Amino acid sequence: MADHAHDHAHDHAHDDHHDHEHHVDNFWTKYVFSIDHKMIAKQFLVTGMFMGIIGVFMSMLFRLQLAWPGESFPILETFLGKWAPDGVMDPNMYLALVTIHGTIMVFFVLTAGLSGTFSNLLIPLQIGARDMASGFLNMISYWFFAASSAVMVISLFVETGPASGGWTVYPPLSALPQAMPGSGAGMTLWLVSMTLFIAGSLIGSLNYIVTVINLRTKGMSMTRLPLTIWAFLVTAILGVLSFPVLLSAALLLVFDRSMGTSFYLSDIMVVGEMLTNQGGSPILFEHLFWFLGHPEVYIILLPALGITSEVIATNSRKPIFGYRAMIGSILAIAFLSFIVWGHHMFVTGMNPFLGSVFTFTTLLIAIPSAVKAFNYITTLWKGNIQFTPAMLFSIGLVSTFVAGGLTGIILGDSALDINVHDTYFVVAHFHIVMGLSAIFGMFAGVYHWFPKMYGRMMNKSMGYLHFWLTFVSAYGVFFPMHFTGLAGLPRRYYSNAEFPIFDELQDINVIITMFAIGGGIAQLIFIFNFFYSMWRGPKAPQNPWNSNTLEWTTPVEHLHGNWPGAIPEVHRWAYDYSKPGHDEDFVPQNTPLKDGEQAH
Amino acid sequence: MITLIVLVLAVLTALQLIRIFELSSKARKTAEYVVTDRDNNNQGWLMLLFGIGFIAAFFWMLFTWLPVTLPKPASEHGVDYDNLMEISMLVIIAMFLVVQPILFYFAWKYRGAKDRKATYYEHNNRLEFIWTIVPALVLAVLIIYGMTTWSNVMNPKNEQEPLVIEVYAQQFKWTARYAGKDNQLGYANVRLIKDANVIGVDTLDTQAADDQITTEIHLPVGRPVLFRFRSQDVIHSAYFPHFRAQMNCVPGMTTQFQFTPTVTTAEMRQDPEVQAKVARINKIRGEKGLEAYAYDYVLLCNKICGSAHYNMQMNIVVESEEEYAKWLAEQKTVAETL
Repeated sequence: MADHAHDHAHDHAHDDHHDHEHHVDNFWTKYVFSIDHKMIAKQFLVTGMFMGIIGVFMSMLFRLQLAWPGESFPILETFLGKWAPDGVMDPNMYLALVTIHGTIMVFFVLTAGLSGTFSNLLIPLQIGARDMASGFLNMISYWFFAASSAVMVISLFVETGPASGGWTVYPPLSALPQAMPGSGAGMTLWLVSMTLFIAGSLIGSLNYIVTVINLRTKGMSMTRLPLTIWAFLVTAILGVLSFPVLLSAALLLVFDRSMGTSFYLSDIMVVGEMLTNQGGSPILFEHLFWFLGHPEVYIILLPALGITSEVIATNSRKPIFGYRAMIGSILAIAFLSFIVWGHHMFVTGMNPFLGSVFTFTTLLIAIPSAVKAFNYITTLWKGNIQFTPAMLFSIGLVSTFVAGGLTGIILGDSALDINVHDTYFVVAHFHIVMGLSAIFGMFAGVYHWFPKMYGRMMNKSMGYLHFWLTFVSAYGVFFPMHFTGLAGLPRRYYSNAEFPIFDELQDINVIITMFAIGGGIAQLIFIFNFFYSMWRGPKAPQNPWNSNTLEWTTPVEHLHGNWPGAIPEVHRWAYDYSKPGHDEDFVPQNTPLKDGEQAH
Repeated sequence: MITLIVLVLAVLTALQLIRIFELSSKARKTAEYVVTDRDNNNQGWLMLLFGIGFIAAFFWMLFTWLPVTLPKPASEHGVDYDNLMEISMLVIIAMFLVVQPILFYFAWKYRGAKDRKATYYEHNNRLEFIWTIVPALVLAVLIIYGMTTWSNVMNPKNEQEPLVIEVYAQQFKWTARYAGKDNQLGYANVRLIKDANVIGVDTLDTQAADDQITTEIHLPVGRPVLFRFRSQDVIHSAYFPHFRAQMNCVPGMTTQFQFTPTVTTAEMRQDPEVQAKVARINKIRGEKGLEAYAYDYVLLCNKICGSAHYNMQMNIVVESEEEYAKWLAEQKTVAETL
C-alpha cells in the first residue's frame, strides 16, 4: 500500500507535498505511531469503544443496586471484590461507579471517541486534503488521549477506590481525602488523567481548526463545506476556548489538595479535623468547571448533529433543508453556549440576579435548536428515504434531540430549577438530549463511514436489530426518570429506601433497570457486527451510499495522501441530491457544472 | 468447569451460525448491505409503529405515574411554582406531541422505493423565518413569566418580619438553630466548634444566648421563614421538595432561602391525594413488613456529599402558632446548654 502511494506521489510530485520521503511502513509506524489521519481516527474509535464498554457496564452494575437496593448479586462481588462484600454494593463504590460512568461517557466516549474519530477521519477527506495540517501533532493528540485513558482505567484499581465525588468533582468533597475514600489516590489519578486528556484535546482541536481553514481544496469555499465539517470546526473552537479553563480549575484543585492552598476551601472541619484553609470558595470551582462544562455539552452534541445532517441528507436523497440556517444555528448555539454556564448553579447561592440573566440566555438556545429540529424534519419531507442503519440512528437522534431538548425549557428556567435541580428529572433530560443524541450520532457515523474506515461493509440486519433494541431501551430507561424526578427523587442516591415517600418509585426503578440491562446487552450485537465486519464483512464499493462528498472519491484501499492522483477540485456544494436535470439522484461535489447550471 | 464447557459450546455454535450465514449470503444475488425496497418498507412501518407506540407509552406513563409525583405545594410561592411548571409543561408536551408524530409519520410516508424521486427542495426563507420567530415568541412569554416568578421567590416582600432559622449541614446530618426571642442569630463559625458546642456558636455573642439548637424543624403555619444555611465540611444542598425550595449549603459562606409554609402537616395528611398516596405506600411497606408511614415533610440532602448522602434527612413539622410556641418553649437555649 505504501509503495502504491509512493508511485503516485512521484507521478504527481508537483501537487503532492506529502509523501516525498522514502519510507516503508512497518507495524509500529502503520498501526501504533501512525501519523495518517485515517489510522488515528480508527485508534480514537477503538479506544473510545473500549472505554464505552467500561462506562456502560458500570451503569448496568449500579442500576442493579438501584432496582434492588441492598440485595446480594454474586456478579457484583466478581467485579467489585472487596467493594461488594457478599455481593452487596458498598455505598462508596456506588458513588465511584456513577462518577466514573459520567467521566468516561462524557469525556472519553462522547468527546474523544466521537469528535476524535470523525474529525480525524472526515476533515481531510471531506475538504480535500492529503492529511491533517500536522500529522505529528495529530499522533501526539491520540497518545495523550490513550495515556489519559490508561490512567483513568488504572485509577479503578487503587486501594481507596476511584474518584467518587460525581463527574463534576466539586470541592471540598473532591479536595479532601478525609471526606470520602474516593477523594484520595483515585481523585489524584482522575486529575492526572483529565490533565492529559485536556492536553490531547487542545492539540487535536488546534490541528482541526488549522486544517479546515488552510487546507481546503480548490473550490471548497466555506459555504460549500459539508455540515459535518462545520460542526467539527465549531466544536474544535469551543474546545480550544473552554478546555483550558477546566485545566486551570483542575490545577488549582491539585494545589488545594497537595500544596495547602485555599482556592476553593474555607472554614472547614471534616471528620473532626479543623483545616487551616481560609478565604477560598467552592463556588469559584463551580464557575470554572461549568465554563467548560456547558460548552462541553455542545462539544459532544455538535459533531453528532453534523453527522446527522450528512446522513439524513444522503439517505433522504434530498439537499439538507436550510443549509445556511443550519450553519447559522450551529454558530448561534456555539456562541450562546459560552454565556449559559450559570444555569447549572441556580441554587448554589449565586446572586439571584445572575439567575435571571442565565435564564434568559439559556432559553434563547431553544431557538437555534428548534430551527435545527424543524430543518431535519423538512429534509425528510418528500424524500426517498433509504433506511440504512445509519439513517435509523439519525432519525432516532432527531427524536431524542427534541424529546430531551424540550425539558431543557423547564430546567433552564431558574424558578423551575429550584425544585427539580439535581433530581432524576435532570438525569432524564441530559441523558436524552446529550447522551442518547450523541451516542446515536456516533452509531450513525460508524455505520455510515465504516466502509470508508475499514473498506468493508457492516451487516445491515444486525444494524437494524441493534437500532431497534437500543432505541426502545434507551427511552425505556430515561423517559420514566422524568416522573421519579418530579416525585423529588435526588440523583446520586445509593438507595431511596430510607425515605418512605419514595417507596412507590421502586417499581419504576425496576422497569428502568430491566431496560438498562437489555439495552446494554444489545450493544453486544454492535460490537460483534463491528469486529466481525472489520475482518469478514463484504468488500465495500467506492461509494456505497451514493453520496456527494469527497471522501467517497478516494479509493477503498487506504493510501497515505488519500488520493492517488491530483486532489479533486470542487464545483458545487455537498447537497445536490435529486437535482433536476441530472440523471442520477446524486451529483458528487467534484462534478463540473453543466452548461447553464447554477452554482451553489 | 461447567461454565467453561458452556462457553466453548456457545462459541462453537456461534461459529457454525456465522458459517451458515456467510454461505447463504454468498448465494444471494444482491449484497446484504444494499437497502432494498423491502427493507425500506419494513423499516418505514416500524418507524410508524414506534411513533404510535411511543405516544401511547407516553400517555400510559402520564396516567400511571403522575400520581407518584409530588402532591400539592405546602408553601405560598409553591403555588406560583406549580402554575409556572404546569404552563411550561403544557407548552413542551404540546410541542412534543406535534413534532414526534410528524417525525415518525414522515419517516413512514416517505420511505424509499425504486420508482420514487425525492423533491429537490433546498430552503424556504419564509418557512424558516416562521419557525424561528414562533419559538422566539413562545419563549419570550416563558422567559418573562419565569423571571418574574424567580424574582418574587428570591426577593420576597415582607409584610411581617420572617422567622430566622439556621440550617446547619455536616456529613451526614442536619441541625437547626432557631434565632430565639431577638430573632437574631448569634455569630457562628466552624472554628469555634469545641466539645458540646457542635455547630460552633460564638457563646460570647450576646445575640447567641437565646438561640435554640434543635434536631427537628417546626414551623408555624402562615409565617414567612428565612432559612440561613451553613455547612461544616463539604457542599450539601438543603432540599425541601414539598415546599418547592432548595439551596446549597456551602462551606465558608452563608446562603439563604425564604418561604412561607401554608399547609400544616396535619392538614396535608387529610388531603385526599396525599391519603391515596400514603395508602399506596403503606400497601408496599406492609408487603415488605415495614412499619406504616404517615405523611411527613422532610428535608433531604441533594448534593453529593459522601457515602451516606442517600440518608441525610431531617423531619419538618408545620403546625399552628400555638403548637409551635409550645414546642419551641421546650427547646433549650444556647445559654442553658453551653
